[in-house]
Amino acid sequence: MHPALSIIVFTTSSGLGYGLAFFLGFGVLDPAAPATKAAYVVALGLISAGLLASTLHLGNPQRAWRALSQWRSSWLSREGVLAIATFVPLCLSAWATLFESRHSWPAGLAGSLGCAATVYCTAMIYASLRTVEAWHSPLTPAAFLAFAAAGGAVLATFFAALGAGDTGPLAALALGLLVVAWATKLVWRRRLGALTSASTPETATGLGALGRVRLLERPHGTENYLTREMGFRIARKHARKLVAIAFGLGGGVPIVLLAASALFAAEGGLGWPVFTFLALLAYAGGLLVERWLFFAEARHSVMNYYGG
Amino acid sequence: MTALPSQPSATKLGLVIDLDICVGCHACVVNCKEWNTGGHGAALSDQDPYGEHVSGAWLNRIHTFEIVPDGGELVGEAGEARIVHFPKSCLHCEEAPCVTVCPTGASYKRAEDGIVLVEEDKCIGCGLCAWACPYGAREMDLAAGVMKKCTLCIDRIYNQSFEEEDRVPACVRTCPANARHFGDLGDPGSQVSKMVAARGGIDLMPEQGTAPVNKYLPPRPRTTLAAHAPAGPAAGEDTGGATGFLAWIDTMLEKI
Repeated sequence: MHPALSIIVFTTSSGLGYGLAFFLGFGVLDPAAPATKAAYVVALGLISAGLLASTLHLGNPQRAWRALSQWRSSWLSREGVLAIATFVPLCLSAWATLFESRHSWPAGLAGSLGCAATVYCTAMIYASLRTVEAWHSPLTPAAFLAFAAAGGAVLATFFAALGAGDTGPLAALALGLLVVAWATKLVWRRRLGALTSASTPETATGLGALGRVRLLERPHGTENYLTREMGFRIARKHARKLVAIAFGLGGGVPIVLLAASALFAAEGGLGWPVFTFLALLAYAGGLLVERWLFFAEARHSVMNYYGG
Repeated sequence: MTALPSQPSATKLGLVIDLDICVGCHACVVNCKEWNTGGHGAALSDQDPYGEHVSGAWLNRIHTFEIVPDGGELVGEAGEARIVHFPKSCLHCEEAPCVTVCPTGASYKRAEDGIVLVEEDKCIGCGLCAWACPYGAREMDLAAGVMKKCTLCIDRIYNQSFEEEDRVPACVRTCPANARHFGDLGDPGSQVSKMVAARGGIDLMPEQGTAPVNKYLPPRPRTTLAAHAPAGPAAGEDTGGATGFLAWIDTMLEKI
């Protein structure tokens, strides 16, 4: 599948934002601290930037409001509805912290619930597609949720290190969630590796009874919308190297940096913010590679008609 | 509404495509583009139409496949080599996955005849329906930013100002080999349903659970040349009845 930059930025950025907002909703940071107020602004900023990026790949973005209408059948519509609905408790919660220096439990918990549900809907857009077998699994929403949670915990640790709270427990939480997230991704990849495609050129043409079916000629000599959108091959060629980069940069590096800060950095010193910020950058970079692979590596059943 | 009709439609308009007959001339492809670029909705745009990397939105495309029977690695090595021209357009699925994923309600399946359509004024061009379709039946029009697909020539088949024989989709009307047939696949007595029953019509990718309405008729079993050939090289040249001078010539020539 074509890895559209707008969708990769959207899922990564909004995932991090919803992850952070999820933990903020549980009041893990001191609402009176300036760093907590900054955390709310960053969370809402990441979510908004992601949602705006998602509209960039639309052919007619001025009609995007129509996407809120079909929540009964469409996961994309459900995501849109929940994303907007979640802004209400998130903004109320942010108001309480920013202007009243207090944590609002009703708004916070409602916001956390909305964050989890929105990320789940985002993942289900992909997981619901039977045409892309790599995605069509409950492991896809599991991985999306785990990545959002791990990113949120790393972000929360960073803001705690800036003076918003106790870094130790949050760092431990982030470490645990990082392991869970990349372990989930590993299981997801195992499933992908073991996958034998149910749809083949033989089932696609219905000619399997006659023998093995191979494409002789494409309909047109040049590329078309379908081959550009669904016939992306670069990632599959370099998949192993990219997987190593994603797991190393997004998993290994932040785990080492967080563990190092927990072991060696002094509470309140400069070590914690610097190390957690670097962990955050590495995680975001690794996640972008992972998300790029998620799209670019996936094979669409239409390629059975295009010899790919 | 992007929910599918609650009851499967009684009328299931669709195409039956005979893979035994199609010669791969692409006339249906061209006529489809010509009719639909001036018909229902936005024109079917092309990008870089006179350039090196020309591409555009087409609602009907012909792929060509070769089939290698068991025991061979290359076509013609074992068994009968086959080249099959394979026209492909929207199959107007009963369980159309492209309809239910649509976030805006632009995609819908008509309850009265089962045709799957896009209301272009509502389409935001997100492309998710093209991802959901296993067959590649939907293509984005990059100029209009909306999704295009086969309408089964809805602006022809119900058009009372047309002659009766023209009230069929453009691809069917234009096919010079008569490989494409249009009709009601929900009616077991219709001509297309009888063809499907007689020839063992097939569904494409049944494992995707889409329940396509369009059916494909597989190539008929081939009769080999050998089966039609006479028994021996001279089997047709029986001279047993020759007499007199001709019999003498026949005997002499045999001896040379």
